Amino acid sequence: MSILDSKIPSGPLADKWTKHKNSIDLVNPANKRNIDVIVVGTGLAGGSAAATLAELGYNVKTFCYQDSPRRAHSIAAQGGINAAKNYQGDGDSNYRLFYDTVKGGDYRSREANVYRLAEVSSNIIDQCVAQGVPFAREYGGLLDNRSFGGVLVSRTFYAKGQTGQQLLLGAYSAMNRQINRGKIKAFNRHEMLDVVKIDGKARGIIARDLVTGEIERHSAHAVVLATGGYGNVFFLSTNAMGSNVTAAWKAHRRGAFFANPCYTQIHPTCIPVSGDHQSKLTLMSESLRNDGRIWVPRKKEDAEAIRAGKLKPTQLSEEDRDYYLERRYPAFGNLVPRDVASRAAKERCDEGFGVNKTGEAVYLDFAAAITRYGKEEALIHGMKNPSDAEIYNLGAKVIENKYGNLFQMYEKIVDENPYKTPMMIYPAVHYTMGGLWVDYNLQTTVEGLYAAGEANFSDHGANRLGASALMQGLADGYFVLPYTIGDYLSHDIRTGEIPTNTPEFDEAEKNVKDTIEKLMSGSGTHSVDYYHKILGKIMWNKCGMSRNAKDLSEAIEEISELRKDFWKNVRVPGKADGLNQELEKAGRVADFLELGELFAKDALDRNESCGGHFREESVEQSGEQQGEALRDDENFKYVSAWEYKGEPKDAQLHKEELVFENIELKTRSYK
Amino acid sequence: MKLTLKIWRQENASAKGAMQTYPIDGVEGDMSFLEMLDVLNEQLINKGDDPVVFDHDCREGICGSCSLQINGEPHGPDRLVTTCQLHMRMFNDGDTIVIEPFRAKAFPVIKDLMVDRSAFDRIQHAGGYISVNTSGNTIDANAIPVNKEDADDAFAAATCIGCGACVAACKNASAMLFTSAKVSQYALLPQGRVEATTRVLNMVEQMDKEGFGNCTNTGACEVECPKGISLENIARLNREYLSASIKG
Repeated sequence: MSILDSKIPSGPLADKWTKHKNSIDLVNPANKRNIDVIVVGTGLAGGSAAATLAELGYNVKTFCYQDSPRRAHSIAAQGGINAAKNYQGDGDSNYRLFYDTVKGGDYRSREANVYRLAEVSSNIIDQCVAQGVPFAREYGGLLDNRSFGGVLVSRTFYAKGQTGQQLLLGAYSAMNRQINRGKIKAFNRHEMLDVVKIDGKARGIIARDLVTGEIERHSAHAVVLATGGYGNVFFLSTNAMGSNVTAAWKAHRRGAFFANPCYTQIHPTCIPVSGDHQSKLTLMSESLRNDGRIWVPRKKEDAEAIRAGKLKPTQLSEEDRDYYLERRYPAFGNLVPRDVASRAAKERCDEGFGVNKTGEAVYLDFAAAITRYGKEEALIHGMKNPSDAEIYNLGAKVIENKYGNLFQMYEKIVDENPYKTPMMIYPAVHYTMGGLWVDYNLQTTVEGLYAAGEANFSDHGANRLGASALMQGLADGYFVLPYTIGDYLSHDIRTGEIPTNTPEFDEAEKNVKDTIEKLMSGSGTHSVDYYHKILGKIMWNKCGMSRNAKDLSEAIEEISELRKDFWKNVRVPGKADGLNQELEKAGRVADFLELGELFAKDALDRNESCGGHFREESVEQSGEQQGEALRDDENFKYVSAWEYKGEPKDAQLHKEELVFENIELKTRSYK
Repeated sequence: MKLTLKIWRQENASAKGAMQTYPIDGVEGDMSFLEMLDVLNEQLINKGDDPVVFDHDCREGICGSCSLQINGEPHGPDRLVTTCQLHMRMFNDGDTIVIEPFRAKAFPVIKDLMVDRSAFDRIQHAGGYISVNTSGNTIDANAIPVNKEDADDAFAAATCIGCGACVAACKNASAMLFTSAKVSQYALLPQGRVEATTRVLNMVEQMDKEGFGNCTNTGACEVECPKGISLENIARLNREYLSASIKG
């Protein structure tokens, strides 16, 4: 019997959440005033949780490393947010959204959590509209939708290519209302560096004021970590420069199990790497795949000529192009899920068909869409026999309305006009489905410590569908946590304020200070970035889109060695008692150097291919699916939850068996 | 590319700052401006010097963290981009580039090129929201139809990233463009009309309290805004403010 109790309520799937809400304990409004909650991270999950908890009456303290909660990286989400509204009348329902999410996640997520997510999704849209989030609308004044990868309905709500920004500013505005009422105290430019446990319960955190360098103690009756994902373990990713695993990792070291660390989403449509100076990668929203067609040259010599600058993509005739997604997956075409699209791009580039200098890029072409829209518009405007130029101009305008900001961003970075020549794209690390293990209540294995949004593992299985991250973040924060945390806090109404002058706070503070001192006292041979870049290369080459036992075993050893070297030789200039960006980075990289090793260990353990985790040893050998990923439900239908035991390679595996009562496990086919 | 960088260095808020000169070599056109500063910082660290401090995070032009007054212009010479998306191909070999923090009384320097923009947060606290509960049930989203043109204008105003370039560009260090963007977003939507009167009065009052200057319609803010926030928003704020003042 596993020690993991997922606490999934009994009863039929569709009734679980309602039944659970009806049976959990509540805290009366007068008592809420005496209860403190710490929320670390102010993105969609943290911002929405903080606002709602404060509105309910709890005293909330928020922490973020940025100078304002509005800058959390949720802001960069582009494409949209899913909700089973069925406004388009195309057959959508809670069940379908649930089904698509479980299937898209390659049957490695928990049914009950995903169903609840689908169930509350519609309410998110209502809520956000009431808050004044300016979603895209049709001429009749009602909300517009678009479709995203891996699904057959249009259920994605959006605000041009800035949906994350608009939703985050919505959550930020809800926070501001509570800050103005004095119910939220916001600690910006603060970084959490440890969790404080008292009698086994999370009762506070140690944080560093990033401006003064001061180490602070903050107590609360419960702690919520909404600190995002750990994609920056790869150095290059679409995450913000500051995105890190530190809060989650410190929690892991204090007893919170880390689940499925190897489940990483490598997003198919990012701007390719341009050189060694590269500091981060930029995503081009998946929504572009609604209108863009992905291709590489059919002949290798054409690809070579393009790489050498002797041939332009627009000079290639239709017959000389290989629309490989449409060819391999006729049912879903360019809208296959992200993991499938990424591997297909890598396969073509590995075969020598890549189209930029480095050979690691494919085309995303809008010419067909521009012509199609142009003709439609000409018809609408009653133009007879429009010229090609007129059609192009009308079509380009439609594309500009839909994706204008993305096209502009592309042009600024690559210095090419994507209206005239196809975009070049390549997969990049984007999202991590793994994270802190949580039960149905979003509580980690540490009592009173909760994890929400990308920081937890629960809803996306081995692959996340597009436009589902925003949905999950807001579902957790607005609608799930405020209930489940209340149930836990109902036992704390007589506890009173948690003092910070206790041995547990002393110990945690000392731990933090010792770590900082150790970081400051390296021999000073190499910069923090030097180590981070090496770690990133190991991760990308050996734990990236395609993995095997040999590479993963090597990665474990190499990361372990690199970590030792880091602690001995890192150079952190300046002082700890003031603003020191290198020290901030050093602390984060130190944790990535542990997480990376656990990541590789987890990937090695999972000898099956599922979702974003592709093991070369586990591939379909024959039949229609030949060459596609082969999942192994008999041996790996579980969540891997790792318990910290010192060195990451010594971590102990606990398995949560996944039970599928409502969905039949099938081979995921998008053909 | 070989460049000469003149950079403002200041130890902390109370210390006196000064310009310092740094030569830099091997700059490529494909680098972003911040990647160029990364190269400089790596060199400084390897020499045992303190790296230059600057705010940055998403590096894709949306979080609003990065700032920098580059050759006298917020976010540099390119239009409609933040510093993180400004590319070095905008400069030429041999150029001297002057890099300063955003300058305004309401944005005190924290260190080097990093400034404190929390005044912007406080303007938002004063009224940058619609007072609906986030925990409760609300009406169906499509029960509130919004004219597409208004929705699009509200969206355009809402794309402000709060970077502060408008303040840095203004000779009066006015925060009118920033404040008007939020006032406009809500003023254009039926959901936001309910509190329109108190919102505009409170936000403007807070803006004045923070020490931002007055707007004299020079329009520099609109030119330098990386997100193209329109001056029309300021006109709308003025109308909203006038009508709110009359209502009292």
